[in-house]
Amino acid sequence: MSSEWPLWEVFIRGQHGLNHRHVGSLHAPDAELAIKHARDVYTRRNEGVSIWVVKSNDIAASSPSEKGPLFEPANSKVYRHPTFYDIPDDVGHM
Amino acid sequence: MTALFELLLRMGDNTLILGHRLSEWCGHAPVLEEDIALANISLDLIGQTQLWLGLAGEVEGKGRTADNLAYLRDAAEFRNALLVERPNGDFGATLMRQFLFDAWHCEQLKALVESSKARVAEIAAKALKEATYHLERSSDLVVRLGDGTDESRRRMQAALDELWSYTGELFLDGPTDDALDEAGVAPPPSSLRPAWDAIVQPVLAEATLKAPESRFAHKGGRRGVHTEHLGYILAQMQFLQRAYPNSIW
Repeated sequence: MSSEWPLWEVFIRGQHGLNHRHVGSLHAPDAELAIKHARDVYTRRNEGVSIWVVKSNDIAASSPSEKGPLFEPANSKVYRHPTFYDIPDDVGHM
Repeated sequence: MTALFELLLRMGDNTLILGHRLSEWCGHAPVLEEDIALANISLDLIGQTQLWLGLAGEVEGKGRTADNLAYLRDAAEFRNALLVERPNGDFGATLMRQFLFDAWHCEQLKALVESSKARVAEIAAKALKEATYHLERSSDLVVRLGDGTDESRRRMQAALDELWSYTGELFLDGPTDDALDEAGVAPPPSSLRPAWDAIVQPVLAEATLKAPESRFAHKGGRRGVHTEHLGYILAQMQFLQRAYPNSIW
């Protein structure tokens, strides 16, 4: 039966958080029940004040095999990390 | 006040027995999500039981606790409706039983929020939040399974046909109810029927299910005359306290 239900990704906004964070996934026949399932599976201990669900199929993701071309070029560009600058004392803590 | 004690036993025994029935699904539900959801509802109901039976023990004034009332009474002293002791059957039957109960439960709790007894009103207000979610969930599932595949529809209709004759008992008035009504503690059970119909009928219609025409009602739960199923439930639920009296952990 579970194989007939699509997979949903669940995002919960916590008591003190501004952002919805990915907490996991579950199976449900439609969006409304996915939210109810998420309520039952992921907010049992008062974790959240808001729930988003999205069909896993609808998420476009980068491919792990493209990791090299996507991310490695950034490794050699240390100048993108602003760690070289002398910060005047007057500026204080940054 | 005996009538109040009776009311509290009815409320607490309904939630206790249905809570136990739902707990039997733990580890057996068709999908993980439903397994957890049923366990949550079961725990909600057992939590409500602690409040109702706890107050029942106080009202009775013989020093019995919620645990004493739950684990040390025999079947004839239980006041739950026969509906909640019905066997779980398949998942569809469990859901249909839950839906028919939830609709009554919400209306009963809404009425008790207005009770002249402050403690009753407080417990009802707390329980109503949980019951409202239970009803929302069970309504959704009844619609989806009723208006689902041929097989799910067949199972839901069979469950409705089987359980319908156990719903009438929820709305029967008796001498106890007159006393409760006069004291402003709780309205007569029959007064909840129109609101219950107004919840149940549209959901069944949307689910393409048809309730039987008959108003025949099995009854006896409130007098302690139960079906044989309650005995089996108690045998399992009470075993530990009966075999090892006063054991705690």
